[in-house]
Amino acid sequence: MKFLAYLVSGISLGSIYAIIALGYTMVYGIAKMLNFAHGDVIMVGGYISFLAATNLGLPVLLSVLVAMVFCTVLGIVIEGLAYRPLRSAPSLAVLITAIGVSYFLQNAALLIFGANPKAYTPVVSGTLKLFDGQLSISYVSIVTVICCIVIMLALTAFTGKTRMGKAMRACSEDKGAAQLMGINVNRTISLTFAIGSALAAVAGALLCSFSPTLMPTTGSMPGIKAFTAAVFGGIGSIPGAFIGGILLGVIEALGRAYISTQLSNSIVFAVLIIILLVRPAGLLGKRTQEKV
Amino acid sequence: MMLKAENLNVYYGPIHAVKGVSFEVNEGEVVTLIGANGAGKSTSLKTVSGLMRSRGGAIEFMGKSIASTPAHKIVELGIAHVPEGRRIFTSMTVEENLDMGAFTVRGGNIDADKERVFEQFPRLKERRKQIAGTLSGGEQQMLAMGRALMSHPKLLMLDEPSMGLAPILVEQVFDIIAALHKAGTTILLVEQNAEMALSIADRAYVMETGRITFSGTGKELAASEDVQKAYLGG
Ligand SMILES: Nc1ncnc2c1ncn2[C@@H]1O[C@H](COP(=O)(O)OP(=O)(O)OP(=O)(O)O)[C@@H](O)[C@H]1O
Ligand SMILES: [Mg+2]
Repeated sequence: MKFLAYLVSGISLGSIYAIIALGYTMVYGIAKMLNFAHGDVIMVGGYISFLAATNLGLPVLLSVLVAMVFCTVLGIVIEGLAYRPLRSAPSLAVLITAIGVSYFLQNAALLIFGANPKAYTPVVSGTLKLFDGQLSISYVSIVTVICCIVIMLALTAFTGKTRMGKAMRACSEDKGAAQLMGINVNRTISLTFAIGSALAAVAGALLCSFSPTLMPTTGSMPGIKAFTAAVFGGIGSIPGAFIGGILLGVIEALGRAYISTQLSNSIVFAVLIIILLVRPAGLLGKRTQEKV
Repeated sequence: MMLKAENLNVYYGPIHAVKGVSFEVNEGEVVTLIGANGAGKSTSLKTVSGLMRSRGGAIEFMGKSIASTPAHKIVELGIAHVPEGRRIFTSMTVEENLDMGAFTVRGGNIDADKERVFEQFPRLKERRKQIAGTLSGGEQQMLAMGRALMSHPKLLMLDEPSMGLAPILVEQVFDIIAALHKAGTTILLVEQNAEMALSIADRAYVMETGRITFSGTGKELAASEDVQKAYLGG
């Protein structure tokens, strides 16, 4: 029963990683860049939904919606101001810029909201008790897992079936050829950032519901873990990010429970290294097999 | 006049790839651009479709300047570019590639357009659900051409459509070009296979190291000794 409890907590933690990883992987897939500021957009989403709920007194769902809108705009602005001018710059320059944006967001949050942690009110409260109370699952966990699955399915349908979704895949493969189809590549990349950032806001609200201390650095570690999850599953792949996120959460939860609390992060990264040694492209990553 | 490019100068960093090139294409013509490797043929096409920019000079399409129009808008105006090396979307299915070709078509009947392409390229029809990266080279070329036709181009630019194809497929590709021409599509054709290109072209330009060194009707070029020597092995 204990094992089951750890597994459940791992899956729900992993669902948050997966939601963040989906944003990472989409941006990587289309813009071919690692947006290291993604984790900090989560933090911003956390603050905005916090302010909307506590200061404006909006209902939970509405406050998350406000955060999504805010982060969508933030994502588009970051992309337009910081990354677009570097479109043909070496990828190292883009990476350094992304790290710069990450520090900028953290320090802006520090300036505006201060260093003191805020006590976040979970989006839902209460727990579900199963097996005569032997197994208790918080409603936040359930909501998180459902959100994650819905988001994953929606993104899969969007990229697989819609005109804009296919355009994204076209850009991801060959931007020049996509332009020759009449696809506006800049707008497509903007849209990708918009979607990724809206997801980050959702992840922010869920993350803060799990561990209700909200600080300017709240997004850093989950951001890095989600990046790991995306690589783990095969960066660029939507189901890969989903599976990678869940696995990472489960490994972390079980590692913490059965091996060592202090070492749980190390265990996570050690598993990542082993997986990448065996499968360099990640679990679901494309092995290059294209015919030229 | 449909397309008029004047005094194009195109650079890749310090490399001056196209040096003061001018050419034009009249409505209904097949015009070919031939020349050795590295002459600047592909670069010229890329400049027309907006993937590259000319320093100075002018490009007019149907009487409208397109020299600073973004590439994705140029497609909408009616220029389709089948790039060198095909550049189909290898991870998408054949049908999805055609859908991408129709990206600028709003409100039209895309399914009917697809059927039209399938009539022209029956091999694609059998493979409509196949991942494009697994097509043979010839099939990929047909897909690239079919994809370009989905946008209903007024001007179709083809960059070495015969590259890497077996002789029988080259014939087939040229038959298709001739058929498109007959159906009223204006074509700008870049080719290494000068003999084939000249056989269907109304007019031709010869490029050498970034410059146009010769121009005339297909017959004039085929008859020219210089061109004979350089490109036709005569
Ligand atoms: N991406 C690039 N970066 C740098 N130089 C380039 C690039 N593309 C082309 N060039 C250079 O520009 C010149 C013209 O190239 P272009 O591709 O237009 O030639 P081409 O006539 O199409 O040749 P081919 O018949 O081999 O396709 C060449 O000297 C080439 O090396
Ligand atoms: Mg070329």
